Order: sequence, then C-alpha cells, then structure tokens
Amino acid sequence: MRTLEDMALFAIRARRLSLAAIHAAASGHPGGVLSAIDIMTVVFQRHLRFDAANPHWEDRDRFVLSKGHAAPALYAVAALAGMYPPTELRGLRKLGHPLQGHPHVGTTPWVEASTGSLGQGFSAGVGMALGLKHVRRNARVYVLLGDGEMQEGQVWEALMCGAHHGTDNLCAILDYNKLQSDDRNENIMALEPLADKIRSFGWQVQEVDGHDLAAIDSALAIAAQRRQSPSFMIAHTIKGKGVPFMEGRPEWHGSVKLRDEDLDRALTALDVGAADVQRYMDGSIWGS
Amino acid sequence: MAQSGEADQPSLIGSAGDSLREAFGRALVRLGEERTDFVVFDADVAGGTGTHHFRKAHPDRFYQFGIAEQNMMAAAGGFAATGVPVFVTTFAVFMLRALEQVRLSVAYSKRNVKIVASHPGLDVGPDGASAQCLEDLAVFRAMPGMVVVSPADSLEAELATAAILDYEGPVYMRTGRSPCPRVLPPDYRFKLGRGVVLRDGSDVTVIACGVEVARALAAAEQLAATQISVRVVNLSTLKPLDEELVVRCARETGAIVTAEDHNVLGGLGGAVSECLARFRPCPVEFVGVADRFGESGEPEELAEKFGLTAPHIAAAALRVVERKRKG
Repeated sequence: MRTLEDMALFAIRARRLSLAAIHAAASGHPGGVLSAIDIMTVVFQRHLRFDAANPHWEDRDRFVLSKGHAAPALYAVAALAGMYPPTELRGLRKLGHPLQGHPHVGTTPWVEASTGSLGQGFSAGVGMALGLKHVRRNARVYVLLGDGEMQEGQVWEALMCGAHHGTDNLCAILDYNKLQSDDRNENIMALEPLADKIRSFGWQVQEVDGHDLAAIDSALAIAAQRRQSPSFMIAHTIKGKGVPFMEGRPEWHGSVKLRDEDLDRALTALDVGAADVQRYMDGSIWGS
Repeated sequence: MAQSGEADQPSLIGSAGDSLREAFGRALVRLGEERTDFVVFDADVAGGTGTHHFRKAHPDRFYQFGIAEQNMMAAAGGFAATGVPVFVTTFAVFMLRALEQVRLSVAYSKRNVKIVASHPGLDVGPDGASAQCLEDLAVFRAMPGMVVVSPADSLEAELATAAILDYEGPVYMRTGRSPCPRVLPPDYRFKLGRGVVLRDGSDVTVIACGVEVARALAAAEQLAATQISVRVVNLSTLKPLDEELVVRCARETGAIVTAEDHNVLGGLGGAVSECLARFRPCPVEFVGVADRFGESGEPEELAEKFGLTAPHIAAAALRVVERKRKG
C-alpha cells in the first residue's frame, strides 16, 4: 500500500511531468491539469485496480477523464503508474504520435473513453457502470468531471440515469476549482448550491479538500462501500495548484503555450533544481 | 361499471402490420433467444420503435434511459466498452439530438453500437415536419467508420437486424413507421454492403432505398408500357457503398435515378453521385425531398406533394433517358 508520503511525491512528479509535456507540446491546459492531479494520484495509487501490463483486463476498474482537456494530467499519472513509457510524453499533441490533445481509446489502449466534449465521459462512465453490473463484474468506475462541465445538460441527464439505475459501482468526482475557461463559474453560469442539487438527484454526496490526499483517500473508501446509489465527491480544488503564479488565475486555463521561462518558474516552484529544469526542458528526464 | 379490458385500451397507430419497425422489434426478440450477449436501450418510445416486443421477451436486457438521448448515446458507448453489443433506439429525429455523442462516444471510439432509428422521412406522416427526419442518412454517412443501412421492406429489416449485430462496429439503421409492401422474395439473402438488382432493364437504372424501392418497382412497371426498360436496384447499404454495382449500372444503362425518402442532398443520391463522379460519370436525376421541411399529412399525400411517388420516379427516369440521348 502506498503511503501518503509516496503519494505526495507521486503527485509532485506528475505535476512536473505534465507541465513539461505541455511545454514541449507548445499548447495545453495547465490550470485544470494542476487542480486535478492530487485527485488522480489518489485514485490511481490507492483505489483503481488495474494491470499495467494488461490494460484490457476485464475485471479492471475504469477511470474516465470526462474533463478531457486535462489529458496531460492523465498522461503523466498513467505514465508514472506504469501504463506506458514516459518517453511517449514527448509526442503529446504531435502528428503521428499516440497521445492526442484529448484522451482517445483508439491510440492509447489504457484510456477508457474518448473525451474532450464535456459531459460525454460522465455518460460513458454511467454506461460502463451499468455494463459491468450487467456482465456481473465486480469492478468500479471513476469519472473525473470539471466544474464548467456541470453546465452541460447531459451531465444532469447522467445524474438522473445513474441514480435511477442504482449504479453504486460508480464514483463521480468533481474537480471544483471554481474557474472555467473565461471566468469564475458564478459569473458564467452559477452552479451553487451544487451539493444540494446533486444530493436531490439521488446521489451520495461528499465534499472534500481536493488537495488533501488523506481526505480524498478516505472519501473514496467511503464511496466504495456505498450500496444502492452512486457516489459523487465534490473535491474543492485550486486551479493551477502547486504553481503560485498560476493558482486561481483563469488565464492559465488554456489552451496556452508555456514559454521556457514559464516552465522554469513552474518547475522551480515544484522544487526542481536548476540542473534538472534543463533536463525537463529538453525531455531527457522523461526516460529515467 | 365495465371491467377494464382490451376494449378500453387505445389503438396504437402502426403497432401492428408489416412495418419495418415491427419487423425490427420481432427480429430483436428472435435474436435475443439466439444470442444472450446484446442489450437494447430505449428513450421512452419502445412502443414506437418496436422494442416493446424485446422488453416483454427479455426484460433484463432492456434498459430504459428516459427522454434523454444524449446521455443514452454516450452511455451506449460506455456500455459497449464492457464487451456487450448495444442497440440504441429512438425516433430518427431524436438521434440527431445525440449526433455529437454519436461522433465522439460511438464513431470515434469505434464502439460496437447499433443505432436503430424508427420514424424516418415523410413516411412519419401526420406528426409533421418536427418529427419527419430528412437529414439522417446524410449526417450519419459523414461519420467516419459508420455503416449506414436503410432496408426496403420488413423482410430486409429483419435480416439486416441480424447482419448488423454480426458486424463488429458502429452502425446506423433506419426502420420505418408505416406498413410497407413486401418487395423482396422470401428467399432473399441480405448482405451488408451489397445492393441487389430487383428488376433488370437496359435504358435506365433506378437506385432506391427504403420505402422508395416499392415505388421504383411500380415506376418501372409503368414505363414498361412505354417501351422504356428500367432496371431497379435496392441499395439498402448506403455506406459502405456497393460501388461495383453502381458503376456497372452506369456502364450498362448509361442513366441513373436515385430515389429516397430523404433530402436530395447528402443521402443516397449524394452517395451514388460521389461514386459516379469518380468512376463512371453519367446523367443522374434525384428523387427525394428538395431541400425542404415536410408538413402534416398522410404518408401517401406527402409523397404526392413532395414528389416521391412512382409517377415522380417515372418522370425522372424519362428526363434522365432524354439527357442520355442528347449526350
């Protein structure tokens, strides 16, 4: 079992790796990547049952990144979890390489759903949860949503559906960083009172600090024990978490280009020494 | 007070008879007995799509999604990812509501999902333009990797249902609302991706799909009296197109009419023309709805008003033969 210290180290490495990949790709969505990494770290390190050598193992748990624009977070976490060689991150968003700008099942077999159009990954996750029950496999489905995504009507269709069909093998997690592409949620299309709304749709709702690894871990453990109804974890997060000049700033939502000096500052904030910053910059650290 | 009984039940329009949706629903029941693996999704229109038969026969394999097509479609992609083929069913217009879900969660993801839509075209009748889907063949044809099928009668609908289930990958299939005449012989064998010549002829070929196949055969009969020899092809798979057959018809008859209960843009006429433009250009006339919306009316009245009847097809055949003669 990974300790909290292991996970904290994993998360900081995933932050470094995903930012270096966005820098190399010359475009991406760093803000929503950084807010999601602690959640994904705990899911992948402590809860998701998978076999990195056999990504199509039928009894595996499924993780769906419904906020597909945070793909570099998934790619970094999956690489560090051994799903594929981290050197492939050099090809992120590049012609002829498997790591697409948004997750795609067709080029990366360990990706569970092609996403990038908000709302669809959540429904796909509901469908997977129903399908797994239908074929009587004791596997769980985790879906990570973004807060702007909650404005999609399809999300509320999926909420009705998951509760109606009692998909208690499904845990949805909201990366609630309060910022969407252009501005704060409340200025674009207000979501609150969100927990009450989701609870009223028939889901078991928990609220946690989305950067407190122990709290996320406990909440996921509780969610796994729930019966009859699906679980929804509202994880309060900070957009750009871990990189002070990005934190809480909608302009780092993306799609933005990380300049050399941006990556340098970001990695320095993430405790990378000057020598290793260069290795992240040229990608040579990814193979090690 | 009278006991509640069958006499108190409303009579459901088109719920009996030889419609393609009935044939589809009954085929699902039979296939459900032969194969235990697939499931059926519905969006509260089971009585309209024919899937109520399946619900009754195999209730544990019937999933209700409510009037929420976008979620249903993307969920079908997720469900299919667990190794279970999924039939997603609703009316054709409501499939359009979930088009982007078809695109990402079914087509791009190459999921084993069979999208089967009832109520296509003007054949829908009195419900009017909001319910008459005249665009589905064009938009589904534009989805990369999507197989597109429009059977001609209840026998072909039944056979095609089995064939698309045997095929691994995403498929869109139209059924039909109204009772429809049989046009295919009892020993007919459906093959995905293959058209069939139903009547041979040498002056012009009418290539039709769906309800227009019966009308094309009637048009050929009418023209036989005027010494025009019409070949009739049932091209029920629009994609992948039977290019060999289309090109052969162009080569052997030199003139083509396409006929479909659909917008003339982008459907069967579009598919045939794209093929002919590349391999064997020849004069083509299009029978279909001329880039308009429909309106309320009975299917035959609408066919008359919007130009889909056998005489309309015959007139198009005469026009294209004349164009061929002029060179």
